[in-house]
Amino acid sequence: MSLVYAGVLSHAPGITGRADLCENVAKRDEFYAALENQRKEIEATGAEALIVVAAEHFANFFMNNMPAYCIGIGEKYEGPIEDPDWLKIKKTTVPGAPDLGTRITREVMQTVDAAYAEEWKFDHGIMVPLNFLTPAYDLPIIPVNINCQGPPLTPLPRAWAFGEALRRACDAVPEKIAIVGTGGISHWPATPDSGKINEAWDRDFLDRLMRNDQAALLDYDDAETYRDAGQGGFEIRTFIAVAAAAGGHGDLQFYTAELPIFAVGCTVARFSLTSQD
Amino acid sequence: MSLYHLQKFLYELNRDEAAQEKYRADLDALISEFELTTEESEALREGDIGLLYVLGVNGQILMHYAAFLGIEWFDYLDQMRAGIEQYGPVRAGVYAMTGGGESYTAEGKKQ
Repeated sequence: MSLVYAGVLSHAPGITGRADLCENVAKRDEFYAALENQRKEIEATGAEALIVVAAEHFANFFMNNMPAYCIGIGEKYEGPIEDPDWLKIKKTTVPGAPDLGTRITREVMQTVDAAYAEEWKFDHGIMVPLNFLTPAYDLPIIPVNINCQGPPLTPLPRAWAFGEALRRACDAVPEKIAIVGTGGISHWPATPDSGKINEAWDRDFLDRLMRNDQAALLDYDDAETYRDAGQGGFEIRTFIAVAAAAGGHGDLQFYTAELPIFAVGCTVARFSLTSQD
Repeated sequence: MSLYHLQKFLYELNRDEAAQEKYRADLDALISEFELTTEESEALREGDIGLLYVLGVNGQILMHYAAFLGIEWFDYLDQMRAGIEQYGPVRAGVYAMTGGGESYTAEGKKQ
């Protein structure tokens, strides 16, 4: 099988942009160390490309033509779209994987009607993970988006099916591929409530995620998620898709609700990969 | 009410450096390309984060716009709170304020 790594991590812009404002420096650095460990784990697999299942924030897709799912097949990508002084990440060019991305897209389409894009601008949703996981920007990236911003949103069972399709597609190619899902759990970003975190809700979700309990993971509805986990909670779709792609149990390597200046419960985890044979 | 077009203006501005140049060179010309109400056009001319927030601009779009304007983080949060004070609750979308406007971070409480 050619999927060699599956994991999840948080992506909030404050993680880089507000690093200097953060007063809980010890916890912050513990989080950064967990991300560095994730980078090393991915590197150790010999992955030739990294799929980033993201929930973008209007860098590419708008309500004029909003895909539920989109896969990037471009040669290169530019990012971040945000002011680099605000995000504390320099504008850069990130290599893509057009041939591999196209083969993966073709296989995904056997079961999920994904859109594809040869142009794609990265916002903090992808740039923050790459800042930690491929700081030299030398690993080809296949960006994947699940619309978590502009309702109506794809139902959770479809996000699971999309993750399964990604896994099948990865296993159909010879290249070694790593996949990460990047989202938030409960959070109310970009509102005056920024920093609000429902830790109990997060821990319950993470318990379901680490057990990779499909029925429990799909047992949320968006109205309840909005009430209990904020609009940021809609991003659980990215975590659920990667859980479906991995198939195995998760190992929660880091979680804290003690960095509210980053506006999200900060999470790092990996999954074991079940054989699809 | 043309929230769709208002958000589209900001979406284009946030992601497109050519639009950003146009914004700086001739904001009125850029505004005229979109179907906006007088209130919306004025909010864009003033960079009125509070009013744009209350009108229901998606928070992510608004956050990126505030960064583009160079507004510091805690000022940006305060401008949204001030918008609610002045114009009332958020009128559309999923980025409404849930509490009484208090800060959820120790760092913010010291501001």
